[in-house]
Amino acid sequence: MCDTCGCNITSGNRHLLQPAGKLEKTADGKSAVTVLQSLLSENDHQAMHNRQHFDKHGVLAINLMSSPGSGKTALLEATIDALADRYRIAVIEGDLETENDAERIRARGVTAIQIATGSACHLDAHMVHDALHQLNLADYDLIFIENVGNLVCPASFDLGHHHNITLLSVTEGDDKPAKYPVMFRAADLMLLTKTDLLAVLDDFDPQKAEQCLRQLANPAPMLSLSATRQQGLEAWFDWLDDAITSHRGRLEQGETVVPKIQSDGARWHAGEPAHP
Amino acid sequence: MHELSICQSMLSQIEAVARDNRASAVHRVKVQIGPLSGVEPQLLQQAFPIAVAGSIARDAILDIELLPIRIECQQCGGESEATANKLICGHCGHWQTRLLSGDEMLLASLELDRATNKKTATC
Ligand SMILES: Nc1nc2c(ncn2[C@@H]2O[C@H](COP(=O)(O)OP(=O)(O)OP(=O)(O)O)[C@@H](O)[C@H]2O)c(=O)[nH]1
Ligand SMILES: [Zn+2]
Ligand SMILES: [Zn+2]
Ligand SMILES: [Zn+2]
Ligand SMILES: [Zn+2]
Repeated sequence: MCDTCGCNITSGNRHLLQPAGKLEKTADGKSAVTVLQSLLSENDHQAMHNRQHFDKHGVLAINLMSSPGSGKTALLEATIDALADRYRIAVIEGDLETENDAERIRARGVTAIQIATGSACHLDAHMVHDALHQLNLADYDLIFIENVGNLVCPASFDLGHHHNITLLSVTEGDDKPAKYPVMFRAADLMLLTKTDLLAVLDDFDPQKAEQCLRQLANPAPMLSLSATRQQGLEAWFDWLDDAITSHRGRLEQGETVVPKIQSDGARWHAGEPAHP
Repeated sequence: MHELSICQSMLSQIEAVARDNRASAVHRVKVQIGPLSGVEPQLLQQAFPIAVAGSIARDAILDIELLPIRIECQQCGGESEATANKLICGHCGHWQTRLLSGDEMLLASLELDRATNKKTATC
């Protein structure tokens, strides 16, 4: 999908493209200007705004990232079935083309907003902003954002959520964290999915997968589960309970939390103009 | 793989700096990238001319400086260089380390032509 540099112009970033001004060229007066700024500052800015929306309404927002087909939607289905009585849940679905995932979620009786990204292989903060203005945030406790299936691009974009969860299905191989360090470094929680299939795979070692995660200096917990066979889900629900409780506590203190990888980006943001 | 959109975002910053400096052209754009930034230098280099076509930076050269990954150990306090998928301490081998640098993605500097005539830019 990226072979033509697919993730170029999205409905989210189109406004950043302004026609260039016509400036007359002169040969003299060369000068260097240093502007230490994040290249993604527009996205970061929008993400902060999104997080304020979530926080104002006490919503915890979670970004699910993984390869295509590693079980994000199946996990959401199982989670909604188990927790819809406990929490008011909505889902923002990022997909290249179809409404399939959103329809699977709606079939569970939960609101799902579909973002069709077209050729873009990640969600960005502007797209999520459009989606969350279609939701009455006061009606929800927990919002999941299912990112586009892709182990590369999504990790670079703060959407304004609070936690990153990276799924790794056992059919993908236990060395994925080493191959996609940017993605797995971003995880606040790593979910090993489809573990019911471990019995028929002879070369996937969950310990090795966790070791690869630690080699990225990531202390995030790893939980193993099977969404379709309902195995290991209790630990995942406990993690969610904790995350929601902690978030409410933070909000009472007037604090919030940014997902793992964006803490570094935030350092550069701050809207500072040019450094000398 | 989102390098084109990064270039587009970078272009809006370049245009802002060029405007502030009443520049008539941008000759060189220097960026600094860490291996953990999620940006592929080669793809960025390819995307750049596409993104800046027709803009004030249309003839600009993109200079990419690759920054090293440096980590600080939370166990022994030592600093060391690391690779993208092995962020463990170079001294004691401990995995609980903190990234000091290596995830940057910065527009570091621009080389501009300043307009000398009175003609004002209209964007
Ligand atoms: N055996 C097994 N299969 C699973 C499990 N979870 C999901 N699957 C299957 O894996 C396939 C993909 O699952 P999805 O939930 O659609 O994966 P996804 O990550 O949402 O996929 P995209 O949205 O396309 O990226 C489906 O056929 C699921 O039934 C599991 O725990 N065990
Ligand atoms: Zn899905
Ligand atoms: Zn808004
Ligand atoms: Zn991409
Ligand atoms: Zn050490």
